[in-house]
Amino acid sequence: MSAVLAVDGLRKSFGGVHAVQGVQFALGAGEMLALIGPNGAGKSTCFNMLNGQIRPDGGTVMLDGRDITGMKPRDVWRLGVGRTFQITATFASFTVAENVQLALSSYHRRLTTLWRRASSLDRDEALALLRQVGMADQADRQTGILAYGDLKRVELAIALANRPRLLLMDEPTAGMAPQERVGLMALTARLAREQGIAVLFTEHDMDVVFGHADRVMVLERGRKIAEGTPEAVRSDERVQAIYLGSGAMYGEGH
Amino acid sequence: MDIVVVQFLTGLASASSLFLVASGLSIIFGVSRIVNFAHGSFYMLGAYLAWTLVERLPYGPLGFWGGIVGAAAIVALLGLVMEFVLLRRIYRAPELFQLLATFGVVLIVQDATLWLWGPQDLLGPRAPGLRGAVTILGQRFPQYDLLLIFIGPVVLALLWLLFTRTRWGTLVRAATQDREMVGALGVDQKLLFTTVFMLGSFLAGLGGALQLPRESVNLQMDLTIITDAFVVVVVGGMGSLGGAFLAALLIGVLHAFGIVVFPKITLVLIFLVMAVVLVLRPYGLMGRKPGPVAATVGLVTPLIGPTPRALVWLGLVAGALLVLAPLFVGDYTLTILSEMAILALFAASLHFMMGPGGMASFGHAAYFGLGAYAAALLMRQLGLGMPLGLIAAPLAGAAFGLLFGWFCVRLSGVYLAMLTLAFAQICWSVAFQWVELTGGDNGLLNILPSGWAQTRQGFYWLALVLSIAGILLLRWLIRTPFGHALRAARDNPLRAEAVGMAVGRLQWAGFAVAASFAGFAGGLYAYFKGSVFPTFISIPRSVDALLMVLLGGVDTLAGPIVGAVVYTGLHEQLMSLTDYWRAILGLIIVVLVVAFPQGLAGQARDWWLARNGGRA
Amino acid sequence: MLTVQGLDAHYGLAHILAGIELTVQRGEVVVLLGRNGAGKSTTLKSIIGLVRPSAGQITFEGQGIAGRSPSTIARLGLGYVPEERRIFTELTVRENLEVGRQKPRQGVPHWTPEKLYALFPNLAEMKDRPGGRMSGGEQQMLTIARTLMGNPRLILLDEPSEGLSPLIVEQMADAIAALKRDGMTVLLSEQSLHFAARVADRAYIIEKGRIRHEAGMTALLADADVRQRYLAV
Repeated sequence: MSAVLAVDGLRKSFGGVHAVQGVQFALGAGEMLALIGPNGAGKSTCFNMLNGQIRPDGGTVMLDGRDITGMKPRDVWRLGVGRTFQITATFASFTVAENVQLALSSYHRRLTTLWRRASSLDRDEALALLRQVGMADQADRQTGILAYGDLKRVELAIALANRPRLLLMDEPTAGMAPQERVGLMALTARLAREQGIAVLFTEHDMDVVFGHADRVMVLERGRKIAEGTPEAVRSDERVQAIYLGSGAMYGEGH
Repeated sequence: MDIVVVQFLTGLASASSLFLVASGLSIIFGVSRIVNFAHGSFYMLGAYLAWTLVERLPYGPLGFWGGIVGAAAIVALLGLVMEFVLLRRIYRAPELFQLLATFGVVLIVQDATLWLWGPQDLLGPRAPGLRGAVTILGQRFPQYDLLLIFIGPVVLALLWLLFTRTRWGTLVRAATQDREMVGALGVDQKLLFTTVFMLGSFLAGLGGALQLPRESVNLQMDLTIITDAFVVVVVGGMGSLGGAFLAALLIGVLHAFGIVVFPKITLVLIFLVMAVVLVLRPYGLMGRKPGPVAATVGLVTPLIGPTPRALVWLGLVAGALLVLAPLFVGDYTLTILSEMAILALFAASLHFMMGPGGMASFGHAAYFGLGAYAAALLMRQLGLGMPLGLIAAPLAGAAFGLLFGWFCVRLSGVYLAMLTLAFAQICWSVAFQWVELTGGDNGLLNILPSGWAQTRQGFYWLALVLSIAGILLLRWLIRTPFGHALRAARDNPLRAEAVGMAVGRLQWAGFAVAASFAGFAGGLYAYFKGSVFPTFISIPRSVDALLMVLLGGVDTLAGPIVGAVVYTGLHEQLMSLTDYWRAILGLIIVVLVVAFPQGLAGQARDWWLARNGGRA
Repeated sequence: MLTVQGLDAHYGLAHILAGIELTVQRGEVVVLLGRNGAGKSTTLKSIIGLVRPSAGQITFEGQGIAGRSPSTIARLGLGYVPEERRIFTELTVRENLEVGRQKPRQGVPHWTPEKLYALFPNLAEMKDRPGGRMSGGEQQMLTIARTLMGNPRLILLDEPSEGLSPLIVEQMADAIAALKRDGMTVLLSEQSLHFAARVADRAYIIEKGRIRHEAGMTALLADADVRQRYLAV
């Protein structure tokens, strides 16, 4: 298995605070890797460096063997990195289909087209993506008035528009009900397997992490302190001490 | 060397008043999120009131300083009245509406001042005990200016103590970030807002009153100072008192040197400094990137759907009637209709950038005026006629749109709007000062259209057809992928970047498109009036455009047309009825803002939706 | 102590709450369980006055408070801890607490910064740090401490466990338990049944703006049918 994403020696400081110091990991096609750790451990910084929102101080990020370190978010995206945000980010004044159409038109470099109506451009392809996430029946509703769980699905469809090799999901299930969480992650895992997409996600819900990740990586104070199968990480005493606690807040703990 | 030192000191003295005004503006904006255009009016009132008080009170230190402080105190009370009567009703309105309402107050105060004090400039007495001058390096320097130099830092220190060492100051700083949360913690926000507004108004009044011994008191003070204050606040960084102080020093000193060294290009010099600062530090010398504004839940900008069939028919019927209008109506009405058509195009260009583009401009008249001057100069300098003039006008608008837009799109929201205003003021001053080229205040005359369009009917048809074509083109652009991408970047810039859109470049292009249509409207307007004046670029002209757009409604495509028609009609009627039309217009603006916060077309749409039970 | 009757709320044309009914007794910890968008946050915001209810009555300590301003309601002794924490990021920990300070209130503990530093030892180590430079867990503690500075009779806690690591969530639960031991009355909203089970005496299940079920916490945990139907766990 050749790595879709290979990260080595990734570093970033903000005003003397070492947010991320020397993180290294790799991720293969179809694999789901969870990134966990206490608030402020450097997860978001790490994430933002992978898609170019933050420029690293050092280290390399390789996508399919190509160095993408320090590239702009939109260039990284064009090379096949999709992203969903912790707080849902969609274009609220458009319909669901138009949201996906915008991403598709951008991918096909047709945003400067001046002689066609945008609402008819790339519509069939958008509907196909919406069918994949189970949102085709709501294609013509306004995005701004959708229920939260549905928005998350729309976001997923948008993130699939550039036929990503790598999908970065920042707390994908935050704010969702338990059943919706399971549904969304099962859908993500299926799409990842079918299309060979590597998925990296951060998450605070341990039921989601231990239920859906193939591998788990733990950050603390900018360093990787553990990596392995969910079972191994779950029984790691150090991880329990700094992050997981007694286990009363997830799983069969109550 | 000596003159350098003295000019430097003069600059520092001017900086004090500027700092007072700018800090007041900044404090008020911080807490209420209202850009108070009327802040300049408070400055002017401070000066007028000080003149009256100092004239009436017995001459002496007590009378003079009592008059100065008294004037500032009266202005603070006027601020209280304005907050109480007007602002409390509109705290929840969109920020541009709040701005409009405060501009309504500007108009009212202008006419009230004219009525109370008359049109002539007033000269105040020198400060008792400080009438003389000291000699610095062989140059005479007024004692009063020396005092002013100290007042700035003293006020800065007092404000700093107030904000960091008192509970009131802590609450104000907290409210600056999240006023709703402060209320939920049991703090009486209304009282807080009122006191903040009084303090800000007091500072403006004091700034104006302190100028009494230095310059004549006149009716132009309000808009002059508000532009300078905007520049200071943008350069210093919104919400930073230290930044405002530094920027006031910088601008004050630049003014002082500019007047001696390059009298003609003082404002260009200030523009260059501002540009350098903003390129290096987009949020000003000591400003920080504004945090995400707490999302207004439930307020979703409506979709832009296909035009309803009824509206298409309405448009076709109206268009047909307009084309046939010369058969029914007289010359006077045709003139008004021509003006309405051109201004509707002007408003539509601003709407394109404000609505789908999400970039509000306080200085859109810049491109209108540049288009007009481009057409006029082609005729006066090169003898080229209307066809080429109407090509040059949008090109001039686009060129300057690209130049100024490059800076503007780095900012957003009110910051962006203030910067557009500053650029417009620079264009205005160039048009005003470069007499050899532009004729200055006398303008450029005899800008005649081509022969066939010199009749009222001919020109009316020309204006009508070109304006409608322009408006339809803009509407089409909104529906193309480019228009969608622009709107997507407005909805969510982060997401837009994350799906490969170059948000900055999109907005830059949108800015230039809006500027080029404004330039085109300006070119038409030049031939319509047969002359071009600096007033084409002035703040009131920019505000006209804003009014038309907001009056009509930002979130509707028909808004700018409705707004232009209503506004132009109102304007004409008022001007023919009374000399105090400004005050009445101001009053109408204030009432409209309070009554129709969505604009007329927006109101009509909601009414339509409610009646038909449909959704947007 | 707190009674809500027939509470309706709208955002624009959307109907968010439809006839919410609930009560909270003195000394009780009551949880509102439901998914995102069910109306939990809006219920709490309506009680504190941040959302103006379109119909219904809210009574706190015998006084009708529906439709009054947040500051008036807060000064009656109702504390509110928002979901997004809403720390004043430019202000230090000390200053954040100062904003929350209200006069001592009869019959409830009088909180001082010192007492709060004892309850949240992390905060004691960073009195002069700006709120913006604290981690999510520290901010969550500060936002509770800030509300306690108002010496409330009852606090509304909006999703205290959201976005926090499991360890911090446990600490949060311990802090709420400590407050309860001191006699504090709490109404909180949650999505996590684990968290609710740890702190609450009684639960309301809310769905699409209506209360669907009410039960003691023990009964709810034992009732597999209700849990399956409303919470899918």
